[in-house]
Amino acid sequence: MLQIEDLQVKVGDKEILKHIDLEIHQGETHILFGPNGSGKTSLLMTIIGYPQYKVTGGKMVFKGEDITHMPIDERAQLGIGVSYQRPPTINGVKTKQMVQICAKEEVDVEALAAKVNFSEFLERDINAGFSGGEIKRSELLQLMAQDADLLLFDEPESGVDLENISLIGNMISELLQRDFKLNREKSLKKLHEERTKMGLIITHTGFILDYMTADRGQLLYDGELTCASNPREIFTCISEVGYEECVRCAV
Amino acid sequence: MRGLDEKALQAKEKKAGLGQDIDLSAYESKPILHDYVEDIGTLSEADKRRMILAGVDATETDRSGTYIQKDTTAIHAHSKQEGLEVMPIKKALEKHDWLKDYYWKLVGVDTDKYTATAQLDLHDGYVIRALPGSKVIYPVQACLYLEKEGLSQNVHNIIIAEEDSELHIITGCATAEHLRRGLHVGISEFFVKKNAKLSFTMIHNWAEEMMVRPRSVGRVEEGGLFLNNYICMKPVKSLQMYPTTHLVGKGAVARFYSLLVGSPGCEMDVGGRIILKAADTRAEIVARTISNGGNIIARGDLVGEVPGIKAHLECRGLILNGGTIHAIPELNGKVAGVEMSHEAAVGKIAQEEILYLMSRGLSEDDATATIVRGFLSVDIPGLPPQLKAEIDRAVAESDKDMM
Repeated sequence: MLQIEDLQVKVGDKEILKHIDLEIHQGETHILFGPNGSGKTSLLMTIIGYPQYKVTGGKMVFKGEDITHMPIDERAQLGIGVSYQRPPTINGVKTKQMVQICAKEEVDVEALAAKVNFSEFLERDINAGFSGGEIKRSELLQLMAQDADLLLFDEPESGVDLENISLIGNMISELLQRDFKLNREKSLKKLHEERTKMGLIITHTGFILDYMTADRGQLLYDGELTCASNPREIFTCISEVGYEECVRCAV
Repeated sequence: MRGLDEKALQAKEKKAGLGQDIDLSAYESKPILHDYVEDIGTLSEADKRRMILAGVDATETDRSGTYIQKDTTAIHAHSKQEGLEVMPIKKALEKHDWLKDYYWKLVGVDTDKYTATAQLDLHDGYVIRALPGSKVIYPVQACLYLEKEGLSQNVHNIIIAEEDSELHIITGCATAEHLRRGLHVGISEFFVKKNAKLSFTMIHNWAEEMMVRPRSVGRVEEGGLFLNNYICMKPVKSLQMYPTTHLVGKGAVARFYSLLVGSPGCEMDVGGRIILKAADTRAEIVARTISNGGNIIARGDLVGEVPGIKAHLECRGLILNGGTIHAIPELNGKVAGVEMSHEAAVGKIAQEEILYLMSRGLSEDDATATIVRGFLSVDIPGLPPQLKAEIDRAVAESDKDMM
């Protein structure tokens, strides 16, 4: 479980997250909505542990460990994984090598890559000249190898063409144990109860909800979580009246 | 020969245009005799270990021939393949008259005091030649080994890829573990004839007080390809070289790749010059330099003399732990219709890249090492896998020292 209590974060002198409270229980996936600049990516980066996001108050606990000031690599090893929106290119580091780095043990990189239709990119430098959709598939591939327990997605559908959006949606669903494939040994209800993976997904378009279920929607407005509800309901509300409505709740 | 001696004598005191001047009299140059070694498997384990670092394998696995020179003496030279000749240059000069058509034909004997010394006080060196049409698939290995403290090792190498031949050479210069101080003067002349392909990969493993002054020039004829890779990642006191290649035949191609790491106290002034003199010739110079406290000057010079040529120069430097990198890329287009470009960058490791790798579970040190290895890994088209493996090994080895 991820537990965030009264989290306050500054970048430089600017306060960007104010008193965030959030709990993601084992097996839960939350969708994070909010207008541009509301602090969604900042919240993700703070959970991952980017040092420029200075925690000035509150705490974060993951799997019973206080991670508030834990180094970024230790958090990754503890089971926090992320799919970035714009990851950097690293010249000379092949995608294949990156996947291997993510996995703690030997993995069949080729087989994983085939699942996200990414085999032909394995020998390319990571993120070098990748299109929006290629970046998303590369990030997913790395997450698959990492086998993290808390998966953070920063706009996984942005820049993805129609052909790949269902592939990406379905893969995220599978990673978060939310796919409904028939299983002979266990009922789907039982599988639901046994879910362990946690997810937090930033979305602008809400398209991702066409491919997967989610337990809760969170709305971040001006550095505060102002509303938590059924994700579909929040999405429909935003689609109908826009984020202006949030102003009322924020006051 | 007498003419050469006269010219050399006149240049005996001539300082080089670049690099710190070296007092040659501070080094011994009397011949050091070593026995000829019939079976290189019998070399001492310590020597073998040092040679392996420079890519020279005493088991000769995946090698088509070997030349080893210890101090001033050629201790082994042989070819395992038909159509390939590997011989010590001194003997070859006595035996083969044709060699005079190559000896000092590209490098001027009066270039500076180092070329003069290599003529007046030549120790030995190798002649490696692929006969017309012969394809030497496995690389030939050559090692210039320095054991005697304070020695000036003066060598002259001639490499000839005859018409339609293919030749790959890995040459390592190495010093014995105990050796600290010495001077290496190396003349190399490369002849790539019509439609021939030559790759020359040089891995240097010097010692902390070594002075190194290679002087090399290549000439590539019509349809020929010359790949020249230079790797120097171990400490060296002073290294200055500016290898030059002339593309004289239609469609000739030359590619220079160099990987340099400058440790504290080390001065490297390394360049590459390619002169494109014929139609449809292509040239590429790629340099990756890392300063770890040393001072590196990375030069590159492309000269386009006829229309329709294409040339590109890329020089990237990382300053890791102090030191300096001075990138000097030059393009010289002498007529209309040339296509030449360069990119140069000197910087540091991007924090963003380190954090990206750390968020995948790598420690900060491992993330840095991964980025540095990536920076040094350059894809070299046309290089045989064995040589690629040697370069990767040299990179991995330097990594241990750097971090």
